[in-house]
Amino acid sequence: MEFIKFNGVTKQYKNGVVAIYDLNLSIEAGDFCFIIGGSGSGKSTLIKMLYREEKPTKGEIILGGVRVNKLRNSNVYKLRRKLGIVFQDYRLLPKCNVYENVAFALEAIGVKKSEIRPKVLKAIELVGLKSKLRDYPDNLSGGEQQRVAIARAIVNDPKLLICDEPTGNLDPVMSKEIVELLATINSKVGTTVIMVTHDKTIVNSMKKHVIALKDGRLFKDYKEGEYIDEIL
Amino acid sequence: MRFFRILGRSIRDAFKSVGRNFSLSLASISCIIVTLIIVAVSIIIGYNVDNFSSELKKDLTIVAFVSNEADDLNIAKLKMDIESISNVESVSFKSKQDIKKEMMLEDEAFENAMSNWDESENPLQNTYLIKVKDIEKIGETATAIKNLDSIDVVKYGEGMVDQLVTVFKVVQKVSIGTVVALTLMTMFLIVNTIKLTIFSRKREISIMRLVGASNFAIKIPFVVEGMILGFIGSIIPVCAMIYGYYAMYNYFGGKLFTDLIKLVSPEPFIYIASLVVIFVGIIVGMIGSGRAVRKYLKV
Repeated sequence: MEFIKFNGVTKQYKNGVVAIYDLNLSIEAGDFCFIIGGSGSGKSTLIKMLYREEKPTKGEIILGGVRVNKLRNSNVYKLRRKLGIVFQDYRLLPKCNVYENVAFALEAIGVKKSEIRPKVLKAIELVGLKSKLRDYPDNLSGGEQQRVAIARAIVNDPKLLICDEPTGNLDPVMSKEIVELLATINSKVGTTVIMVTHDKTIVNSMKKHVIALKDGRLFKDYKEGEYIDEIL
Repeated sequence: MRFFRILGRSIRDAFKSVGRNFSLSLASISCIIVTLIIVAVSIIIGYNVDNFSSELKKDLTIVAFVSNEADDLNIAKLKMDIESISNVESVSFKSKQDIKKEMMLEDEAFENAMSNWDESENPLQNTYLIKVKDIEKIGETATAIKNLDSIDVVKYGEGMVDQLVTVFKVVQKVSIGTVVALTLMTMFLIVNTIKLTIFSRKREISIMRLVGASNFAIKIPFVVEGMILGFIGSIIPVCAMIYGYYAMYNYFGGKLFTDLIKLVSPEPFIYIASLVVIFVGIIVGMIGSGRAVRKYLKV
Protein backbone atom coordinates (compact mmCIF):
# COMPACT_ATOMS: atom_id res chain seq x y z
CA MET A 1 0.00 0.00 0.00
CA GLU A 2 1.44 3.35 -1.05
CA PHE A 3 1.98 5.55 2.01
CA ILE A 4 3.95 8.38 0.41
CA LYS A 5 3.57 9.52 -3.16
CA PHE A 6 5.30 12.32 -5.08
CA ASN A 7 3.54 13.13 -8.36
CA GLY A 8 5.52 15.40 -10.71
CA VAL A 9 6.91 17.47 -7.81
CA THR A 10 9.07 20.49 -8.64
CA LYS A 11 10.53 22.86 -6.07
CA GLN A 12 12.05 26.14 -7.13
CA TYR A 13 13.30 28.50 -4.43
CA LYS A 14 12.75 32.24 -4.54
CA ASN A 15 16.36 32.79 -5.64
CA GLY A 16 15.62 30.77 -8.77
CA VAL A 17 17.42 27.56 -7.74
CA VAL A 18 15.48 24.45 -8.76
CA ALA A 19 16.12 21.93 -5.96
CA ILE A 20 13.69 19.22 -7.14
CA TYR A 21 12.56 18.74 -10.71
CA ASP A 22 9.52 16.70 -11.81
CA LEU A 23 10.00 14.03 -9.14
CA ASN A 24 7.81 10.91 -9.11
CA LEU A 25 8.28 8.31 -6.37
CA SER A 26 6.37 6.19 -3.94
CA ILE A 27 7.13 4.59 -0.57
CA GLU A 28 5.05 1.79 0.94
CA ALA A 29 3.61 1.83 4.46
CA GLY A 30 6.01 0.12 6.87
CA ASP A 31 8.92 0.58 4.44
CA PHE A 32 12.49 1.47 5.52
CA CYS A 33 13.79 3.75 2.83
CA PHE A 34 17.15 5.47 2.39
CA ILE A 35 17.38 8.70 0.42
CA ILE A 36 20.87 9.11 -0.96
CA GLY A 37 22.57 11.64 -3.19
CA GLY A 38 25.39 14.15 -3.27
CA SER A 39 25.33 17.69 -1.97
CA GLY A 40 22.69 19.74 -3.76
CA SER A 41 20.86 16.66 -5.02
CA GLY A 42 17.64 17.75 -3.29
CA LYS A 43 17.54 15.25 -0.39
CA SER A 44 16.88 17.83 2.32
CA THR A 45 14.34 19.70 0.20
CA LEU A 46 12.51 16.43 -0.39
CA ILE A 47 12.10 15.68 3.28
CA LYS A 48 11.36 19.32 4.15
CA MET A 49 8.43 19.09 1.74
CA LEU A 50 7.26 15.94 3.53
CA TYR A 51 6.88 17.72 6.86
CA ARG A 52 5.68 20.87 5.07
CA GLU A 53 8.60 23.09 5.99
CA GLU A 54 8.69 23.81 2.25
CA LYS A 55 5.87 23.75 -0.28
CA PRO A 56 6.32 22.33 -3.79
CA THR A 57 6.12 24.83 -6.63
CA LYS A 58 4.40 22.22 -8.81
CA GLY A 59 3.01 18.73 -8.39
CA GLU A 60 1.39 16.82 -5.58
CA ILE A 61 2.62 15.12 -2.39
CA ILE A 62 0.36 12.58 -0.67
CA LEU A 63 1.27 11.33 2.80
CA GLY A 64 -1.04 8.79 4.45
CA GLY A 65 -3.93 9.99 2.31
CA VAL A 66 -3.29 13.69 3.10
CA ARG A 67 -2.45 16.07 0.27
CA VAL A 68 0.46 17.79 2.01
CA ASN A 69 0.82 20.53 -0.61
CA LYS A 70 -2.84 21.50 -0.17
CA LEU A 71 -2.60 21.78 3.62
CA ARG A 72 -3.36 25.23 5.00
CA ASN A 73 -0.60 26.75 7.13
CA SER A 74 -2.90 26.71 10.14
CA ASN A 75 -3.31 22.93 9.82
CA VAL A 76 0.35 21.95 9.33
CA TYR A 77 0.69 21.12 13.04
CA LYS A 78 -1.88 18.33 12.64
CA LEU A 79 0.32 16.68 10.00
CA ARG A 80 3.42 17.03 12.17
CA ARG A 81 1.75 15.25 15.07
CA LYS A 82 1.70 12.14 12.87
CA LEU A 83 5.42 12.44 12.09
CA GLY A 84 8.64 12.00 14.04
CA ILE A 85 11.65 14.02 12.88
CA VAL A 86 15.30 13.40 13.76
CA PHE A 87 18.20 15.67 12.79
CA GLN A 88 21.95 15.34 12.55
CA ASP A 89 22.47 17.89 15.37
CA TYR A 90 20.01 16.14 17.77
CA ARG A 91 18.27 19.42 18.70
CA LEU A 92 17.89 18.62 22.40
CA LEU A 93 17.14 21.12 25.14
CA PRO A 94 20.39 21.45 27.11
CA LYS A 95 18.70 22.47 30.36
CA CYS A 96 16.36 19.46 30.34
CA ASN A 97 17.30 15.89 31.26
CA VAL A 98 16.56 12.84 29.09
CA TYR A 99 13.06 12.35 30.51
CA GLU A 100 12.17 16.04 30.18
CA ASN A 101 13.49 16.24 26.61
CA VAL A 102 11.25 13.37 25.53
CA ALA A 103 8.27 14.55 27.58
CA PHE A 104 8.58 18.03 26.03
CA ALA A 105 7.23 16.69 22.72
CA LEU A 106 4.02 15.58 24.42
CA GLU A 107 3.66 18.59 26.72
CA ALA A 108 3.96 20.93 23.73
CA ILE A 109 0.90 19.39 22.10
CA GLY A 110 -1.15 19.32 25.29
CA VAL A 111 -1.14 15.59 26.11
CA LYS A 112 -2.57 14.72 29.56
CA LYS A 113 0.03 14.52 32.34
CA SER A 114 -1.12 11.03 33.31
CA GLU A 115 -0.52 9.81 29.74
CA ILE A 116 2.89 11.44 29.37
CA ARG A 117 4.87 9.37 31.88
CA PRO A 118 4.10 5.85 30.55
CA LYS A 119 4.60 6.96 26.95
CA VAL A 120 7.94 8.63 27.72
CA LEU A 121 9.25 5.68 29.72
CA LYS A 122 8.23 3.28 26.92
CA ALA A 123 10.06 5.36 24.28
CA ILE A 124 13.18 5.73 26.43
CA GLU A 125 13.21 2.00 27.11
CA LEU A 126 12.90 1.27 23.40
CA VAL A 127 16.02 3.35 22.63
CA GLY A 128 17.91 1.70 25.53
CA LEU A 129 18.40 4.71 27.79
CA LYS A 130 16.36 3.65 30.79
CA SER A 131 19.39 3.97 33.07
CA LYS A 132 20.08 7.55 31.94
CA LEU A 133 16.66 9.05 32.61
CA ARG A 134 17.95 11.93 34.75
CA ASP A 135 21.12 12.63 32.76
CA TYR A 136 21.52 15.90 30.88
CA PRO A 137 22.55 16.06 27.18
CA ASP A 138 26.02 17.37 28.05
CA ASN A 139 26.73 14.16 29.99
CA LEU A 140 25.73 11.88 27.11
CA SER A 141 27.74 10.62 24.13
CA GLY A 142 26.74 11.65 20.59
CA GLY A 143 25.08 8.28 20.01
CA GLU A 144 23.14 8.57 23.27
CA GLN A 145 22.01 12.08 22.43
CA GLN A 146 20.76 10.83 19.07
CA ARG A 147 18.89 8.06 20.89
CA VAL A 148 17.17 10.70 23.02
CA ALA A 149 16.22 12.57 19.83
CA ILE A 150 14.82 9.32 18.39
CA ALA A 151 12.87 8.65 21.60
CA ARG A 152 11.39 12.14 21.37
CA ALA A 153 10.48 11.53 17.71
CA ILE A 154 8.70 8.23 18.39
CA VAL A 155 7.06 9.08 21.71
CA ASN A 156 3.81 10.12 20.05
CA ASP A 157 3.61 6.89 17.99
CA PRO A 158 4.17 8.54 14.59
CA LYS A 159 3.21 6.84 11.35
CA LEU A 160 6.39 8.12 9.71
CA LEU A 161 9.87 8.69 11.11
CA ILE A 162 11.94 11.15 9.06
CA CYS A 163 15.67 11.11 9.79
CA ASP A 164 17.87 13.78 8.20
CA GLU A 165 21.42 12.39 8.28
CA PRO A 166 21.06 11.09 11.85
CA THR A 167 24.51 9.47 11.79
CA GLY A 168 26.29 12.48 10.29
CA ASN A 169 28.01 13.42 13.57
CA LEU A 170 28.69 9.89 14.78
CA ASP A 171 31.56 7.42 14.44
CA PRO A 172 30.95 4.18 12.46
CA VAL A 173 30.17 2.06 15.54
CA MET A 174 27.62 4.51 16.91
CA SER A 175 26.21 5.05 13.41
CA LYS A 176 25.60 1.31 13.07
CA GLU A 177 23.87 1.21 16.46
CA ILE A 178 21.58 4.09 15.51
CA VAL A 179 20.61 2.56 12.16
CA GLU A 180 19.95 -0.77 13.86
CA LEU A 181 17.76 1.02 16.38
CA LEU A 182 15.80 2.64 13.55
CA ALA A 183 15.45 -0.76 11.88
CA THR A 184 14.14 -2.20 15.15
CA ILE A 185 11.55 0.57 15.43
CA ASN A 186 10.59 -0.10 11.82
CA SER A 187 10.17 -3.84 12.29
CA LYS A 188 8.79 -3.96 15.85
CA VAL A 189 6.48 -0.93 15.85
CA GLY A 190 5.75 -0.88 12.12
CA THR A 191 6.71 2.80 11.74
CA THR A 192 7.66 3.80 8.20
CA VAL A 193 11.23 5.17 8.27
CA ILE A 194 12.86 7.52 5.77
CA MET A 195 16.54 8.16 6.34
CA VAL A 196 18.73 10.60 4.45
CA THR A 197 22.38 9.59 4.46
CA HIS A 198 25.76 9.85 2.75
CA ASP A 199 27.07 6.64 4.30
CA LYS A 200 27.41 3.94 1.62
CA THR A 201 28.50 1.30 4.15
CA ILE A 202 25.33 1.72 6.18
CA VAL A 203 23.12 1.65 3.10
CA ASN A 204 24.72 -1.52 1.77
CA SER A 205 24.74 -3.24 5.15
CA MET A 206 21.00 -2.74 5.57
CA LYS A 207 19.92 -3.84 2.05
CA LYS A 208 16.73 -1.74 2.18
CA HIS A 209 14.76 0.30 -0.36
CA VAL A 210 16.99 3.14 -1.64
CA ILE A 211 16.02 6.25 -3.59
CA ALA A 212 18.96 7.95 -5.25
CA LEU A 213 18.69 11.61 -6.28
CA LYS A 214 20.95 13.53 -8.62
CA ASP A 215 20.58 17.23 -9.44
CA GLY A 216 17.05 17.27 -8.06
CA ARG A 217 15.86 14.33 -10.21
CA LEU A 218 15.24 10.70 -9.41
CA PHE A 219 18.42 8.92 -10.50
CA LYS A 220 17.48 5.39 -9.48
CA ASP A 221 14.96 3.59 -7.29
CA TYR A 222 16.83 0.56 -5.85
CA LYS A 223 14.71 -2.34 -4.63
CA GLU A 224 15.53 -4.09 -1.33
CA GLY A 225 18.76 -6.08 -1.48
CA GLU A 226 20.33 -4.24 -4.43
CA TYR A 227 23.96 -3.15 -3.97
CA ILE A 228 24.85 0.56 -4.25
CA ASP A 229 28.20 1.23 -5.94
CA GLU A 230 28.59 4.84 -4.96
CA ILE A 231 26.75 7.72 -3.42
CA LEU A 232 26.38 10.19 -6.26
CA MET B 1 -9.42 20.23 27.71
CA ARG B 2 -6.32 20.23 25.52
CA PHE B 3 -6.76 24.02 25.21
CA PHE B 4 -6.69 24.46 28.99
CA ARG B 5 -3.71 22.13 29.38
CA ILE B 6 -1.79 24.21 26.81
CA LEU B 7 -2.92 27.43 28.50
CA GLY B 8 -1.86 26.14 31.92
CA ARG B 9 1.51 25.11 30.57
CA SER B 10 1.91 28.49 28.86
CA ILE B 11 1.26 30.36 32.09
CA ARG B 12 3.78 28.16 33.93
CA ASP B 13 6.33 28.68 31.15
CA ALA B 14 5.72 32.42 31.09
CA PHE B 15 6.46 32.73 34.83
CA LYS B 16 9.56 30.57 34.39
CA SER B 17 10.71 32.77 31.51
CA VAL B 18 10.23 35.97 33.53
CA GLY B 19 12.46 34.44 36.22
CA ARG B 20 14.98 32.97 33.78
CA ASN B 21 15.46 36.28 31.94
CA PHE B 22 15.27 38.22 35.19
CA SER B 23 17.52 41.15 34.32
CA LEU B 24 15.73 41.67 31.03
CA SER B 25 12.33 41.35 32.68
CA LEU B 26 13.41 43.82 35.36
CA ALA B 27 14.37 46.36 32.69
CA SER B 28 10.93 46.06 31.08
CA ILE B 29 9.13 46.16 34.42
CA SER B 30 11.08 49.31 35.39
CA CYS B 31 10.02 51.01 32.17
CA ILE B 32 6.43 49.96 32.71
CA ILE B 33 6.57 51.32 36.28
CA VAL B 34 7.83 54.73 35.10
CA THR B 35 5.28 54.85 32.29
CA LEU B 36 2.37 53.80 34.45
CA ILE B 37 3.25 56.31 37.18
CA ILE B 38 3.03 59.05 34.56
CA VAL B 39 -0.16 57.47 33.18
CA ALA B 40 -1.57 57.48 36.73
CA VAL B 41 -0.64 61.13 37.29
CA SER B 42 -2.15 62.01 33.91
CA ILE B 43 -5.38 60.20 34.80
CA ILE B 44 -5.58 62.05 38.13
CA ILE B 45 -4.90 65.44 36.54
CA GLY B 46 -7.13 64.75 33.54
CA TYR B 47 -10.07 63.58 35.61
CA ASN B 48 -9.76 66.41 38.11
CA VAL B 49 -9.56 68.99 35.33
CA ASP B 50 -12.57 67.42 33.67
CA ASN B 51 -14.47 67.39 36.94
CA PHE B 52 -13.53 70.98 37.70
CA SER B 53 -14.54 72.22 34.28
CA SER B 54 -17.91 70.47 34.47
CA GLU B 55 -18.47 71.94 37.97
CA LEU B 56 -17.52 75.32 36.58
CA LYS B 57 -19.93 74.86 33.71
CA LYS B 58 -22.69 74.14 36.18
CA ASP B 59 -21.94 77.31 38.18
CA LEU B 60 -21.16 79.67 35.37
CA THR B 61 -23.92 82.23 34.86
CA ILE B 62 -24.36 85.28 32.67
CA VAL B 63 -25.92 88.13 34.60
CA ALA B 64 -27.87 90.56 32.40
CA PHE B 65 -28.86 93.83 34.06
CA VAL B 66 -32.17 95.16 32.77
CA SER B 67 -32.55 98.88 32.17
CA ASN B 68 -34.63 100.61 34.85
CA GLU B 69 -36.66 102.17 32.07
CA ALA B 70 -38.04 98.81 30.95
CA ASP B 71 -41.67 98.19 31.90
CA ASP B 72 -43.19 94.81 32.82
CA LEU B 73 -44.10 94.10 29.22
CA ASN B 74 -40.53 94.78 28.05
CA ILE B 75 -39.15 92.56 30.81
CA ALA B 76 -41.43 89.66 29.82
CA LYS B 77 -40.52 90.05 26.13
CA LEU B 78 -36.85 90.18 27.03
CA LYS B 79 -37.09 86.73 28.64
CA MET B 80 -38.47 85.28 25.41
CA ASP B 81 -35.73 87.00 23.39
CA ILE B 82 -33.00 85.56 25.63
CA GLU B 83 -34.52 82.06 25.50
CA SER B 84 -34.52 82.20 21.70
CA ILE B 85 -30.68 82.37 21.65
CA SER B 86 -29.45 78.88 20.76
CA ASN B 87 -26.71 78.47 23.41
CA VAL B 88 -29.04 79.45 26.27
CA GLU B 89 -29.97 76.59 28.54
CA SER B 90 -32.13 78.32 31.17
CA VAL B 91 -33.18 81.82 32.14
CA SER B 92 -34.33 82.96 35.57
CA PHE B 93 -35.47 86.41 36.65
CA LYS B 94 -34.42 88.19 39.82
CA SER B 95 -36.15 91.46 40.63
CA LYS B 96 -34.32 94.37 42.22
CA GLN B 97 -36.48 93.92 45.33
CA ASP B 98 -35.28 90.32 45.66
CA ILE B 99 -31.69 91.39 45.20
CA LYS B 100 -32.09 94.04 47.86
CA LYS B 101 -33.50 91.44 50.28
CA GLU B 102 -30.67 89.04 49.60
CA MET B 103 -28.04 91.70 50.12
CA MET B 104 -29.62 92.81 53.38
CA LEU B 105 -29.53 89.24 54.62
CA GLU B 106 -25.94 88.82 53.56
CA ASP B 107 -24.39 91.72 55.43
CA GLU B 108 -25.36 93.95 58.33
CA ALA B 109 -23.85 97.03 56.68
CA PHE B 110 -26.06 96.49 53.64
CA GLU B 111 -29.05 96.02 55.92
CA ASN B 112 -28.43 99.33 57.65
CA ALA B 113 -27.96 101.19 54.41
CA MET B 114 -30.83 99.63 52.50
CA SER B 115 -33.50 99.39 55.18
CA ASN B 116 -34.50 102.98 54.65
CA TRP B 117 -34.87 102.76 50.86
CA ASP B 118 -38.39 102.80 49.53
CA GLU B 119 -39.25 101.29 46.15
CA SER B 120 -38.62 104.44 44.11
CA GLU B 121 -35.18 104.97 45.68
CA ASN B 122 -33.88 101.40 45.05
CA PRO B 123 -30.92 101.95 42.69
CA LEU B 124 -30.44 98.23 41.97
CA GLN B 125 -31.50 96.76 38.65
CA ASN B 126 -33.71 93.85 37.71
CA THR B 127 -31.56 90.99 36.40
CA TYR B 128 -31.78 87.90 34.30
CA LEU B 129 -29.54 84.94 35.29
CA ILE B 130 -28.67 82.87 32.25
CA LYS B 131 -27.06 79.40 32.10
CA VAL B 132 -25.39 78.37 28.85
CA LYS B 133 -25.08 74.98 27.14
CA ASP B 134 -21.54 75.37 25.77
CA ILE B 135 -19.09 77.18 28.03
CA GLU B 136 -16.74 77.87 25.12
CA LYS B 137 -19.40 80.02 23.41
CA ILE B 138 -20.24 82.04 26.52
CA GLY B 139 -18.62 85.18 25.09
CA GLU B 140 -20.73 85.11 21.91
CA THR B 141 -23.88 84.44 23.91
CA ALA B 142 -23.15 87.34 26.28
CA THR B 143 -22.69 89.68 23.30
CA ALA B 144 -25.97 88.51 21.76
CA ILE B 145 -27.77 89.22 25.05
CA LYS B 146 -26.11 92.62 25.42
CA ASN B 147 -27.43 93.61 21.97
CA LEU B 148 -31.03 93.05 23.04
CA ASP B 149 -33.22 96.10 23.81
CA SER B 150 -33.57 97.07 27.45
CA ILE B 151 -30.30 95.37 28.52
CA ASP B 152 -27.85 97.70 30.18
CA VAL B 153 -24.88 95.59 31.15
CA VAL B 154 -23.89 91.92 30.85
CA LYS B 155 -21.35 90.24 33.14
CA TYR B 156 -19.98 86.66 33.06
CA GLY B 157 -16.43 86.85 34.40
CA GLU B 158 -15.08 87.48 30.92
CA GLY B 159 -11.35 87.11 30.47
CA MET B 160 -10.97 84.67 33.39
CA VAL B 161 -13.38 82.15 31.86
CA ASP B 162 -11.73 82.33 28.46
CA GLN B 163 -8.33 81.77 30.04
CA LEU B 164 -9.54 78.86 32.12
CA VAL B 165 -11.12 77.18 29.09
CA THR B 166 -7.83 77.53 27.20
CA VAL B 167 -5.77 76.20 30.13
CA PHE B 168 -8.09 73.18 30.53
CA LYS B 169 -7.81 72.35 26.87
CA VAL B 170 -4.00 72.52 26.96
CA VAL B 171 -3.75 70.42 30.13
CA GLN B 172 -6.01 67.75 28.69
CA LYS B 173 -4.15 67.64 25.37
CA VAL B 174 -0.75 67.43 27.12
CA SER B 175 -2.04 64.63 29.40
CA ILE B 176 -3.36 62.60 26.48
CA GLY B 177 -0.22 63.21 24.41
CA THR B 178 2.06 62.15 27.28
CA VAL B 179 0.08 58.99 27.94
CA VAL B 180 0.05 57.98 24.26
CA ALA B 181 3.78 58.69 23.77
CA LEU B 182 4.83 56.79 26.88
CA THR B 183 2.54 53.89 26.12
CA LEU B 184 4.08 53.53 22.65
CA MET B 185 7.58 53.74 24.13
CA THR B 186 6.78 51.00 26.65
CA MET B 187 5.31 48.82 23.92
CA PHE B 188 8.53 49.22 21.96
CA LEU B 189 10.57 48.13 25.01
CA ILE B 190 8.33 45.12 25.57
CA VAL B 191 8.68 44.14 21.90
CA ASN B 192 12.45 44.10 22.43
CA THR B 193 12.26 42.12 25.68
CA ILE B 194 10.05 39.48 24.11
CA LYS B 195 12.22 39.47 20.99
CA LEU B 196 15.23 38.56 23.13
CA THR B 197 13.18 35.92 24.96
CA ILE B 198 12.16 34.46 21.61
CA PHE B 199 15.80 34.47 20.54
CA SER B 200 16.91 32.70 23.73
CA ARG B 201 14.20 30.08 23.23
CA LYS B 202 14.70 29.60 19.49
CA ARG B 203 15.64 25.91 19.84
CA GLU B 204 12.65 25.21 22.05
CA ILE B 205 10.37 26.92 19.54
CA SER B 206 11.80 25.00 16.59
CA ILE B 207 11.26 21.70 18.45
CA MET B 208 7.70 22.73 19.32
CA ARG B 209 7.02 23.37 15.65
CA LEU B 210 8.45 20.02 14.62
CA VAL B 211 6.51 17.97 17.16
CA GLY B 212 3.25 19.55 16.03
CA ALA B 213 2.53 22.25 18.59
CA SER B 214 -0.16 24.58 17.27
CA ASN B 215 0.59 28.25 16.56
CA PHE B 216 -1.52 29.09 19.58
CA ALA B 217 0.57 26.83 21.83
CA ILE B 218 3.79 28.41 20.54
CA LYS B 219 2.68 32.02 20.75
CA ILE B 220 0.63 32.10 23.92
CA PRO B 221 3.52 31.76 26.45
CA PHE B 222 5.05 34.97 25.06
CA VAL B 223 1.77 36.86 25.16
CA VAL B 224 1.20 35.69 28.74
CA GLU B 225 4.76 36.75 29.59
CA GLY B 226 4.00 40.25 28.29
CA MET B 227 0.83 40.35 30.37
CA ILE B 228 2.75 39.26 33.49
CA LEU B 229 5.37 41.99 32.91
CA GLY B 230 2.56 44.53 32.49
CA PHE B 231 0.77 43.36 35.61
CA ILE B 232 3.88 43.31 37.81
CA GLY B 233 4.84 46.73 36.44
CA SER B 234 1.46 48.16 37.45
CA ILE B 235 1.64 47.18 41.14
CA ILE B 236 3.99 49.96 42.30
CA PRO B 237 2.23 52.75 40.31
CA VAL B 238 -1.14 51.64 41.69
CA CYS B 239 0.10 51.64 45.30
CA ALA B 240 1.79 55.02 44.78
CA MET B 241 -1.35 56.43 43.17
CA ILE B 242 -3.71 55.30 45.95
CA TYR B 243 -1.42 56.38 48.78
CA GLY B 244 -0.37 59.60 47.04
CA TYR B 245 -3.88 60.73 46.15
CA TYR B 246 -5.24 60.09 49.63
CA ALA B 247 -2.28 61.99 51.12
CA MET B 248 -2.76 64.92 48.73
CA TYR B 249 -6.53 65.00 49.27
CA ASN B 250 -6.17 65.06 53.05
CA TYR B 251 -3.29 67.55 52.99
CA PHE B 252 -5.25 70.07 50.90
CA GLY B 253 -8.57 69.28 52.58
CA GLY B 254 -10.22 68.31 49.32
CA LYS B 255 -9.54 71.70 47.67
CA LEU B 256 -6.64 72.94 45.62
CA PHE B 257 -5.48 76.46 46.60
CA THR B 258 -8.98 77.99 46.53
CA ASP B 259 -12.52 76.90 47.36
CA LEU B 260 -13.23 77.12 43.64
CA ILE B 261 -11.07 74.09 42.71
CA LYS B 262 -12.41 71.01 44.45
CA LEU B 263 -10.55 67.71 44.19
CA VAL B 264 -12.50 64.60 43.22
CA SER B 265 -13.29 62.49 46.29
CA PRO B 266 -10.82 59.52 46.48
CA GLU B 267 -13.55 56.91 46.70
CA PRO B 268 -14.40 55.32 44.35
CA PHE B 269 -12.37 57.40 41.87
CA ILE B 270 -8.89 56.24 42.88
CA TYR B 271 -9.87 52.55 42.84
CA ILE B 272 -11.42 52.82 39.40
CA ALA B 273 -8.32 54.69 38.23
CA SER B 274 -6.16 51.87 39.71
CA LEU B 275 -8.08 49.30 37.71
CA VAL B 276 -7.54 51.44 34.60
CA VAL B 277 -3.77 51.57 35.30
CA ILE B 278 -3.59 47.77 35.80
CA PHE B 279 -5.64 47.26 32.66
CA VAL B 280 -3.36 49.61 30.69
CA GLY B 281 -0.29 47.72 32.02
CA ILE B 282 -1.68 44.33 31.01
CA ILE B 283 -2.90 45.51 27.62
CA VAL B 284 0.39 47.28 26.84
CA GLY B 285 2.28 44.11 27.81
CA MET B 286 -0.02 41.94 25.76
CA ILE B 287 0.03 44.10 22.64
CA GLY B 288 3.81 44.58 22.90
CA SER B 289 4.48 40.86 23.12
CA GLY B 290 1.82 40.11 20.50
CA ARG B 291 3.63 42.40 18.07
CA ALA B 292 7.00 40.81 18.86
CA VAL B 293 5.60 37.32 18.40
CA ARG B 294 4.01 38.23 15.09
CA LYS B 295 7.16 39.92 13.84
CA TYR B 296 9.86 37.54 15.07
CA LEU B 297 8.10 34.20 15.34
CA LYS B 298 7.40 32.80 11.92
CA VAL B 299 5.01 29.96 12.69
